[in-house]
Amino acid sequence: MDTHIQVKNLNVYYGKQQALKDINIEIPKNQITVIMGPSGCGKTTLLKSLNRFLELTDGTRIEGEVLVDEQNIYAREVDVTEVRKVVGLLAQRPSPLPMSIYDNVVYGMNIHKLKKDRKEYKAAVRHYLEIAGLWDEVHKRMHDPATSLSIGQQQRLCLARGLAVEPEIILGDEPTSALDPISSQNIESRLIELKQQYTTVIVTHTLRQAKRLADYVIYMYLGEVIEAGPAKEVFSNPQHERTRAYLEGQI
Amino acid sequence: MGLMKKKWQRRHIVEAFIKFMMRVSLVIVAGALGLILWIVIVRGLPALSWDMVTKIPEGGYYMGKGGGILNAILGSLYLAAGGTLLAMIFSVPIAMYLKTYLGESKWGHYVRLSLDVLWGIPSIVYGAFGFTLMIALGIRASLLAGIIILALIELPIMTRAMDEVIRRMPVDLEHAALALGSTKFEVALRVVTRQMLPGITTAILLGFGRGIGDAASVLFTAGYTDRIPTSLMRPTASLPLAVFFQLGSPYPEVQQRGYAAALILTIIVLAVSLGSRWLSARLNKYTIK
Repeated sequence: MDTHIQVKNLNVYYGKQQALKDINIEIPKNQITVIMGPSGCGKTTLLKSLNRFLELTDGTRIEGEVLVDEQNIYAREVDVTEVRKVVGLLAQRPSPLPMSIYDNVVYGMNIHKLKKDRKEYKAAVRHYLEIAGLWDEVHKRMHDPATSLSIGQQQRLCLARGLAVEPEIILGDEPTSALDPISSQNIESRLIELKQQYTTVIVTHTLRQAKRLADYVIYMYLGEVIEAGPAKEVFSNPQHERTRAYLEGQI
Repeated sequence: MGLMKKKWQRRHIVEAFIKFMMRVSLVIVAGALGLILWIVIVRGLPALSWDMVTKIPEGGYYMGKGGGILNAILGSLYLAAGGTLLAMIFSVPIAMYLKTYLGESKWGHYVRLSLDVLWGIPSIVYGAFGFTLMIALGIRASLLAGIIILALIELPIMTRAMDEVIRRMPVDLEHAALALGSTKFEVALRVVTRQMLPGITTAILLGFGRGIGDAASVLFTAGYTDRIPTSLMRPTASLPLAVFFQLGSPYPEVQQRGYAAALILTIIVLAVSLGSRWLSARLNKYTIK
């Protein structure tokens, strides 16, 4: 297994409450890793430790290390905007920026100065909208407000916008939970297509989605990682009693 | 059908009464506005002429029956525009700083409290404060002094109005921009500003409206003159004071000219307000609701 992200002795506290307890995991490169577990078990907290989003909440204390390509992203000399450029996030609800469809995709490329001129930006916008499977639906109305799209389309726009900053890792925080079944399926197939080029980490609370997407599985319970391993092994032969109970629908 | 019939119970009566009282308040407020406009139009319109808006007064602003009030129109526009511009230069960064760095902290609370206190200070106090300062510094009543004092009056209004608009910013939006690797400053400049532009336009208009209508502060600081303002260092006329002086005249013809000045002031405020509404509707196109 080629490890892309390594979490070492990670402890997270919200005020006095401990949300994550001594997490040690390795996330494989260019595969889809699914974090699952009952609500409130710390799935989203673990996900948000990977792009340093935890520190946006006041009163959060983080101990331990998260290594991306062997570099600790919490090290003092690390620039947080670089971390978030490398580690993209697809949020639970699509949240387009207050600008046109075109400008939404351009935004990230623009702040990181990834392209030289208008022509390059235009080509890149088309490229990423095609990857997100949105180009055919929007190419005639690129300058309409992003909010004029349906929720499902908005989520694909957010995917295109995230990919446009050229990340290596995509995080998904229950990225289909606000979407209708067809849009969800659409996003899922995009993620499967993209896993050749990107390391993907998805939080989900639906077991069926986990089974459809996962190459690698992390099962969490009450802030601890109970079991982690290749999806086939975990789903067919869970080592831990708690995991078995969850998979059988008892939790 | 007995089920469908309305029974006049106590709670229905209470609702009817509350609704009636709400309508009464609405009629009182709308009626007051209508009455003000009616009086200004009926009394001012006959005296409104081309001369009024193109000439300066003949025979003094207090007694003169000829000429116009171009000096006051231009004076007021310069004062309010200058004051608004100056207030904007300070209030936009303060509002941004409040949001981005102070937030809901203790210091943020203190800054908001002091702005609210400043908002509540009567304009005559600002005028007297400005006047004292001018005496101490040896400055005469002038357009510049008027602009500075109006900026001080407008600053807390504009800053707090912007602050309230910015605080209602959806937090998802900020996170979306941060997730793409934006710095906080980029979030403020490229995302917050865009989302907030319609609200900020309204805040600026609020400041401008207060500035152009204020009489007491400019009386002390900008003075009054029959001449058209040509220099920042010289006194200037203003519309509220033109209304005030002319209404105080013993001659009915001059009083009528006071109403005409009030009508002109009302038209300017109305035009600015309608213009900004049109502008913010256009800016609103891309905002996230």
